[in-house]
Amino acid sequence: MAKITFQDNNGKEQTIEISNGLSIMEGAVRAMVPGIDADCGGACSCATCMVYVPDDWRDRLPAKDANEEAMLQFCPHADERSRLSCQINVSDDLDGLRLSLPESQH
Amino acid sequence: MNESLVIIGAGHAAGQLAASLAQDGFKGAVTLVGEEPHPPYQRPPLSKKFLAGEVTLDRLYVRPPAFYDKSGVRLMLDTRAVAIDRSARTVVIDGGAALPYTTLVLATGSRPRALPLAGNDLDGVLYLRTVQDVQAIRARLAAGRRLVIVGGGYIGLELAAVAARQKLQVTVLEQAPRLMARGVGPIVSGFYERLHREEGVNVITGTAVSGFAGDDRVTHVVCGEARHEADLVVVGVGAAPNVELARDAGLAVEDGIVVDAQCRTADPAVYAVGDCTRRLHPMLDQNLRLESVHNALEQAKIAAASICGRPPPAMETPWFWSDQYDVKLQMAGLSGGHDTAIVRGSPDSGRSFAVFYLRDGVLIAVDAVNRMPEFMASKALIAARARPDPSRLGDERVAMKAFAV
Ligand SMILES: Cc1cc2nc3c(=O)[nH]c(=O)nc-3n(C[C@H](O)[C@H](O)[C@H](O)COP(=O)(O)OP(=O)(O)OC[C@H]3O[C@@H](n4cnc5c(N)ncnc54)[C@H](O)[C@@H]3O)c2cc1C
Ligand code: FES
Repeated sequence: MAKITFQDNNGKEQTIEISNGLSIMEGAVRAMVPGIDADCGGACSCATCMVYVPDDWRDRLPAKDANEEAMLQFCPHADERSRLSCQINVSDDLDGLRLSLPESQH
Repeated sequence: MNESLVIIGAGHAAGQLAASLAQDGFKGAVTLVGEEPHPPYQRPPLSKKFLAGEVTLDRLYVRPPAFYDKSGVRLMLDTRAVAIDRSARTVVIDGGAALPYTTLVLATGSRPRALPLAGNDLDGVLYLRTVQDVQAIRARLAAGRRLVIVGGGYIGLELAAVAARQKLQVTVLEQAPRLMARGVGPIVSGFYERLHREEGVNVITGTAVSGFAGDDRVTHVVCGEARHEADLVVVGVGAAPNVELARDAGLAVEDGIVVDAQCRTADPAVYAVGDCTRRLHPMLDQNLRLESVHNALEQAKIAAASICGRPPPAMETPWFWSDQYDVKLQMAGLSGGHDTAIVRGSPDSGRSFAVFYLRDGVLIAVDAVNRMPEFMASKALIAARARPDPSRLGDERVAMKAFAV
């Protein structure tokens, strides 16, 4: 279980609890966090679940695989902070994680 | 009068529509009428991870069950709409009750095409569309059993992949000369034939099934002179749109309920979205019916915006995916009508390559096999009607980034 905070691009925050084993995307969809559309349901095919990870958390998350890396390279608003939230499974280690959402997903 | 919106069908498009209406601030009452016992769920995992038993049903929901309550959406599950009375503006459900509407949305989806052949009602001849279908199939998947799949489309092949990994003896019978003929080009079909053979699946193309044999349980699939032994048969020969309600209500139907770019029918009070619709696609300039998650979600968002009087969301190149074994196929655009196919990578060895389809120099589609950069870059190029240099497209030394629009 981890408490994760999402901040939209107007600065509005929402903190939710996500059970271990679910992806961050699944937790966000269940909690109806606006801005996580997740069109492909986590198949790493749509990039509508993109989030920005702050500097101090980047190395603490499970690493990107080649697919995620490739998808992100071609997302219009992606940069070095970007991750696909469907590709990150939640564990206790992620407690306190803060993510922000790109403008394009609103 | 207060607005009341009724959605017939509670599938992927309906779930997204309810979510988008809530997000767009729709003020009226929303009722979802669905004949299945589940709230809207995603079908793609039905032939992939859910079939394999890797994810549970609660992970398939389009929105959590609590969403409907919280957003004031009335979910009428296990309920079938049996008629639409457009002059009275009501939907009649089984049991006879009439639900009044000010706006009606048809989101009835499609259903598997049945094979009208001898023996198709034998026990053990199954179809794959719903959670219930998967539960029936899964209960019969056991190592060593003989599974015959009729139809080499993506659903049949995804099932073949899951079953082969579970050590069943799998045979795929396809009538066309090649696999997934409606979805991908010949080069990609050839690759999938090799892939499934490598994984131990018996692939037979160019063969027409003439019937099913068995006493009360199916034991054979008959193809003219040939007979294939079977403990279980799954038929996956395409889908037909659920248009009967619309047709009976006098709405225009041509292999799909005819709608415009805003998902409106000719009746201003009636919309239709998802697999059940046909329209002139503004981006592809073709009259067509798409069966894909992307289309269901996009049309749901467009309809919600139109109903709420908001500008429509930007459209994306239509796309689709299929997961078989460790191979992810991603397709964008429609390759029909191309005059040039450019291959990047090798379809004849390994499991990673892409085929680009051009017409008059314009990129119109891509089939990408374990090639996300090719897929992602092409999606944008197709939308921009770009004319990438074919020789560079086929040259692995040129990174896909170089084609960015
Ligand atoms: C096994 C499988 C795998 C798939 N894999 C992929 C994939 O990998 N990628 C992809 O993009 N697409 C895939 N698809 C296609 C995708 O799931 C569909 O395009 C999508 O579900 C369409 O959504 P829809 O809401 O239009 O229809 P549906 O999801 O079919 O929903 C329609 C609902 O309406 C109900 N209904 C119909 N008539 C009535 C009535 N009279 N009264 C009440 N309810 C009614 C039906 O029971 C159904 O529940 C797959 C489909 C299947 C079956
Ligand atoms: S949900 Fe589609 S890529 Fe994450």
